[in-house]
Amino acid sequence: MNPRGDSTSGSDGAAEPRRKSKKPRYSRFTQQELPACKPLLTPAIVVTTFAFIGIIFIPIGLLSLSASGQVVEIVYQYDTDCIPEQMQNDKVAFIQSSMTNKTCTRTLTVPKNMEGPVHIYYELDNFYQNHRRYVKSRSDKQLRSKASETETTNCAPEATTSDGSVIVPCGLIAWSLFNDTYSFAVNSKIIEVNKKNIAWQSDKEHKFGSDVYPKNFQMGGLIGGAKLNASIPLSEQEDLIVWMRTAALPRFRKLYGRIETDLATNEQITVTIQNNYNTYSFEGKKNLVLSTTSWIGGKNDFLGTAYLTVGSLCLFLSMGFIILYLLKPRTLGDPSYLSWNRNPDGHY
Amino acid sequence: MARQGPTTLEDEESCPPPPPPPSSHLPKPISEPPLRLDSFPPPASSRSQSSLENTVPFPLPPRIRHGSCAESERFATSQRELTDADSRVVLVGDPDRTDPRLELSGNAIRTAKYSPLTFLPRNLFEQFHRLAYVYFLVIAVLNQLPQLAVFGRGASVLPLAFVLLVTAVKDAYEDWRRHRADRIENNRTASVLDLPTGRFRPKRWKDVRVGEVLKVLADDTIPCDMVLLATGDPTGVAYVQTINLDGESNLKTRYAKQETMSRASDAHPFVAGNFIRCERPNRNIYGFLGNMEVDGKRVSLGPSNIILRGCELKNTAWAIGVVVYAGCDTKVMLNSSGAPSKRSRLETHMNRETLLLSALLIVLCSVVSVCNGLWLGDHRDDLELSQFFRKKDYSDGDEKNYNYYGIGMQVFFTFLMSVIVFQIMIPISLYISMELVRLGQAYFMSGDTNLYDESSNSRFQCRALNINEDLGQIKYVFSDKTGTLTENKMEFQCASIGGIDYSGGIAPPQGNDKVHPVLDVDDQCWKPKMLVKTDPELVDLLRSKGDTEQGKRAHEFFLALACCNTIVPLVVETSDPKQMLIDYQGESPDEQALVYAAASYGFVLIERTSGHIVIDVLGHRQRFDVLGLHEFDSDRKRMSVIIGCPDKTVKLFVKGADSSMLGVIQKGIDVDIICATETNLQAYSTLGLRTLVIGIRDLSINEFEEWQSAYENASTALIGRGRFLRAVASHVERDLQILGASGIEDKLQKGVPEAIESMRQAGIKVWVLTGDKQETAISIGFSCKLLTSEMTQIVINSKSRESCKKSLQDAVAMSNKLAAPGNVLTGAGSAMNPLALIIDGTSLVYVLETELEEELFKVATVCDVVLCCRVAPLQKAGIVALIKNRTDDMTLAIGDGANDVSMIQMADVGIGLSGQEGRQAVMASDFAMGQFRFLVPLLLVHGHWNYQRMAYMILYNFYRNSVFVFVLFWYVLYTAYTLTTAITEWSSVLYSVVYTALPTIIVGVLDKDLSRKTLIKYPQLYMAGQRDERYNLKLFILTVMDTVWQSAAIFFIPYVAYRHSTIDGSSLGDLWTLAVVILVNIHLAMDVYRWNWLTHASIWGCIVATFICVIIIDSMWMLPGYWVIFHIMGTGLFWLCLLGIMVAGMVPRFTAKALTEYFMPGDIQIARELEKFQNVNAATTSEISMSTLSQQP
Repeated sequence: MNPRGDSTSGSDGAAEPRRKSKKPRYSRFTQQELPACKPLLTPAIVVTTFAFIGIIFIPIGLLSLSASGQVVEIVYQYDTDCIPEQMQNDKVAFIQSSMTNKTCTRTLTVPKNMEGPVHIYYELDNFYQNHRRYVKSRSDKQLRSKASETETTNCAPEATTSDGSVIVPCGLIAWSLFNDTYSFAVNSKIIEVNKKNIAWQSDKEHKFGSDVYPKNFQMGGLIGGAKLNASIPLSEQEDLIVWMRTAALPRFRKLYGRIETDLATNEQITVTIQNNYNTYSFEGKKNLVLSTTSWIGGKNDFLGTAYLTVGSLCLFLSMGFIILYLLKPRTLGDPSYLSWNRNPDGHY
Repeated sequence: MARQGPTTLEDEESCPPPPPPPSSHLPKPISEPPLRLDSFPPPASSRSQSSLENTVPFPLPPRIRHGSCAESERFATSQRELTDADSRVVLVGDPDRTDPRLELSGNAIRTAKYSPLTFLPRNLFEQFHRLAYVYFLVIAVLNQLPQLAVFGRGASVLPLAFVLLVTAVKDAYEDWRRHRADRIENNRTASVLDLPTGRFRPKRWKDVRVGEVLKVLADDTIPCDMVLLATGDPTGVAYVQTINLDGESNLKTRYAKQETMSRASDAHPFVAGNFIRCERPNRNIYGFLGNMEVDGKRVSLGPSNIILRGCELKNTAWAIGVVVYAGCDTKVMLNSSGAPSKRSRLETHMNRETLLLSALLIVLCSVVSVCNGLWLGDHRDDLELSQFFRKKDYSDGDEKNYNYYGIGMQVFFTFLMSVIVFQIMIPISLYISMELVRLGQAYFMSGDTNLYDESSNSRFQCRALNINEDLGQIKYVFSDKTGTLTENKMEFQCASIGGIDYSGGIAPPQGNDKVHPVLDVDDQCWKPKMLVKTDPELVDLLRSKGDTEQGKRAHEFFLALACCNTIVPLVVETSDPKQMLIDYQGESPDEQALVYAAASYGFVLIERTSGHIVIDVLGHRQRFDVLGLHEFDSDRKRMSVIIGCPDKTVKLFVKGADSSMLGVIQKGIDVDIICATETNLQAYSTLGLRTLVIGIRDLSINEFEEWQSAYENASTALIGRGRFLRAVASHVERDLQILGASGIEDKLQKGVPEAIESMRQAGIKVWVLTGDKQETAISIGFSCKLLTSEMTQIVINSKSRESCKKSLQDAVAMSNKLAAPGNVLTGAGSAMNPLALIIDGTSLVYVLETELEEELFKVATVCDVVLCCRVAPLQKAGIVALIKNRTDDMTLAIGDGANDVSMIQMADVGIGLSGQEGRQAVMASDFAMGQFRFLVPLLLVHGHWNYQRMAYMILYNFYRNSVFVFVLFWYVLYTAYTLTTAITEWSSVLYSVVYTALPTIIVGVLDKDLSRKTLIKYPQLYMAGQRDERYNLKLFILTVMDTVWQSAAIFFIPYVAYRHSTIDGSSLGDLWTLAVVILVNIHLAMDVYRWNWLTHASIWGCIVATFICVIIIDSMWMLPGYWVIFHIMGTGLFWLCLLGIMVAGMVPRFTAKALTEYFMPGDIQIARELEKFQNVNAATTSEISMSTLSQQP
């Protein structure tokens, strides 16, 4: 019981026992006296916190940088490069024409030893896979099961063909499926590209049905991209599955396949590109990327640099605070600092 | 409040400003009009009976000056004549034919607001009174348009629906409880007279109708308002307890008319044909006007003849009455309205910031839509072919635009869509959080044992839920005196009899039952419940059996005290069967004190009926007939009884306020006594005592008969009865012989001086507004340490406009001189003297609502203390308005009586004390409590906490929602300005209601920057609230800047880290979701002052809950983000990003916090350090100061 409450109560309660006392029951909760810890930003805590962050962040930054440094990456931009000289002025016509030869062979040099598996990506820039009308233009129900084939509400303008039959898979995303292909050879020896398991297992199993087959796909007046083999169920169309996982940013990479063998330093890789995909109409860029990975993913110096920066900033702040505390010391909890004690004529 | 009971003394109740003292040199009072018994003065001259008042040059009441004055309204209604148009006719015993003009409702009551059918529309209608809800509704509706559908239908309506649902469920639950209470109430049984058989039959309350005759037994609750016809008491008295009605626990006396009483024995006691004509239902619980026709004879009915619903019958075997008002027409139902709604200052300021946020929102939306327009214009030619836009639709065979309406329309749509996407910039959840937080704060305030009053057994009550935080910013406290600073428990202190002062009272010896006022009745020992100090000299004088002139005077003096009142003695059993206590019940504490005093001196009032009283006079039991009684009214300011003594003489005893009594005392004789008495009166009021003058007059038989017939006429008058009765009273109350005067001490409440000192240290200015006399007020001012001897007093006491103006100007000049900086150097100490302004009601008449107000305001704000005496209730409100209209400072009014109602309603915060004077102040207040000293813990502790918590919560909520909006905004810049959100719509919806809601509420309810001890020990800490330290524009802007930085950290770290990767939108969205939630919670965690287990649980729990929610959302295959959280959580980059965001986001804030706390510490910061580092010392010392505050008398 509350000692104060006890001392004041009593007499009245005894005098009028009939009246029920409304006295609030005492508990640490109702009196807002729950045991609590009261952290304060004392100099020691501030300095320690900054120093601690610095000490943690700098090694992490160094580790990230070294991990990023181990990644070997070959980036080759081919959108302009793969168009014959005479067509440079009218790239869209080149890419739209079915008569032009879109094969383009180039040689890339491996700068450093690349241990397998080497990931092959295509990188598009200025392609707004996150554009609102693009992102919405799909039907997950249709992709998942044959029974929901007709559920194409969001897919317009790629929901049905002009005669009204449903397109499977419907929507802009599927319609715009990337259709450049790459093949690689070292010293005229073709390197196998493994296109299995490039999509997430979870997507294959649950989002794309094994009984859903492409239907009426790319039959419309405007062809957006790749066609699909109508005899393979969607759950095995891994390129489509990868493509349908829409990218977060307008510049993005998508996994094309893997080279399981190692590539040695200075090896000359001959790449044969089928340049089919029209990025020219919206000034998009296309890159072919060969990259190894580390625990941090692909090549990424930013995170390491950021950690180093933040870490050293914190160390610096910690030093700064030490100096400040030494220069202008203040006794914590000194009542003479209270405003009414500082200027005695201010208040009462 | 027009009290029907005969109160005495200071006229605090009346609306009219009191007249100046009679000694003033005023024009000769107009002589009383010749008052003949057969011809009453016409209504126009009704005022002239109180002759002195005619000389007062201000307009007379009832007059309404500051809004509505409940008192004057009531005052007016009780004087109103009954015309046919505003009366109701009730046929006794015949409900079927009762007044067909009126649609009489049954007795069923309905406090519930809704029925199942009307609940939805009515509740929604009420909820949409809040503008913010309309905003969200408009946005939800916009979202339903196909072009603008940003969110799915469900997701867009969900937040609003959730908020509406929570409120609706709360309302529904409250209403269900009201329904249940109504049902129980309506189904109670009453016994109703069945006319054909003449027996009483049980009937349900709800079926009782107007006109029916009911019988109520002892301790029963009265089911409707009824006029008493007969009672178990042969004289027709019934006692009722009105605690449910007005909270007063003492018994009230009600009478059945003799005319109906006599019929109680008949077989068919109340035949049809008799009827009652009475007022239309009204809210005045202290007034009733009507008349009854019994067998062709007209009998007048007044407030003492009616018993009201909700009261309980006590000490009376039974009572029979006829229903005049039933159901919702009853006075208790008409009075059951809630407190007026006020809006807290913080909320008003919050609205300003909400507007700023709206502006920010519009800026963001404009940026997005303009950029979108530019982008579209830039890519005009590409759009047709680009795979991600596809402007043309070929599916129908012919080309047409798909979802493209030209750049102008697109920009417009984008703007609207961006409003939808960024809508939570205006935090909808804030409103509901604030409500919940206030509920929690109210729970803790009412549960605080320090705010519990033992003597009245009352807890702290929050009647208005939306101004809790205003308690932390109070600058001015306006306090009533009687019952607020003082206990309003009167104690007889001294008497002046025949001009001789008897004030040497000594306490009655304890334990010695054989002393005087103990009576033996049938072997039982009866004694008054309470004894007062007696003056031995006076006791001896009384024992001398009145041989001397002075002895006779003393004898009559105490006789007058014992009989000139409306006190009812009740004999209460004690645990000892041999001993009985006499408990005096009455409506006026002054009278109680006087009767107890008389009893202590040996004049023990034993019995009272309407016809006689029995007094034990110094051991001899004597019976006095009460021949007439003129109740107290605020015009006459006195009451009188006409007593038939055992020796067959008829005496008139009058008691009243000195100002009114000295005018009716027979001048010429006993001049010395009058002079001596006046001197004594002066001395008593200087001591702070409430004074009363007692007079007597022997009535001759002629005089008595003359009076009797006049009284009969007046009391059956149909028109203007109240006025006639007053005239009769004034006519007989003249040429009195002075007996003496009494001095009653109104004791200061416990802890008042300490509380005032604490508040003064806290920078709160305490103004006392009282109806008491100036001398009394000043002396109370000294005793409660409001005034100190070194204060310079400025007294303004003017009787005319010009002198008032002059004294105000003098005061301004003086205060300027004292405040002038030059004077500080020369005048040294004297300049430091605090000023006190004392102004009286008469002067205020010339000041309030004229151009002099400005002058008064100047003087008053310079003064440390302001004391207004002799003020009328409306003037109290006027003074509050004086400050409220001229400054931004928060005002608080505290009072306990009906005369404080207007002030309580006028002030920003109104506090009602549940004291002796009824519940009207409490009913009008925002908060109610038991003692004045509770203001200290209320303001300094709870107010400080509430303000601090609410201020932080509002800022935090703004921050928390805008961080989220900014993250969405940054992303929109990378989606061709098309308002795609990487964060799933479900997370957006859940963000403010689930992910981050609970911690703010828990922190808003439980966090406290400083402990109770520290806040009490250093009242100055309260000034943080007065200075708006926790919530101001600067803090808001800093918070917005911090918001932008933090949102940038959240967005751009992952953006750069994942720029060249295969990351998909959903994965990045999940990262952003988690980052926002964790960062926002860490931000909160950094600002929490006290970590108890609830804080820990809510903050960390919320982060865990967010992870769980995200996992659940990502387990749904139909959403694009299926399984992404499991993929992304498996990568190191994700965790490094999260950690990086936390640190980078928090570093600026942490640095700034560390810097300010160490190098620019505020008072609160230092006090926190004190608390932490001097824990041991502080704990012990403040414990002592706490207990002194709460326990010292």
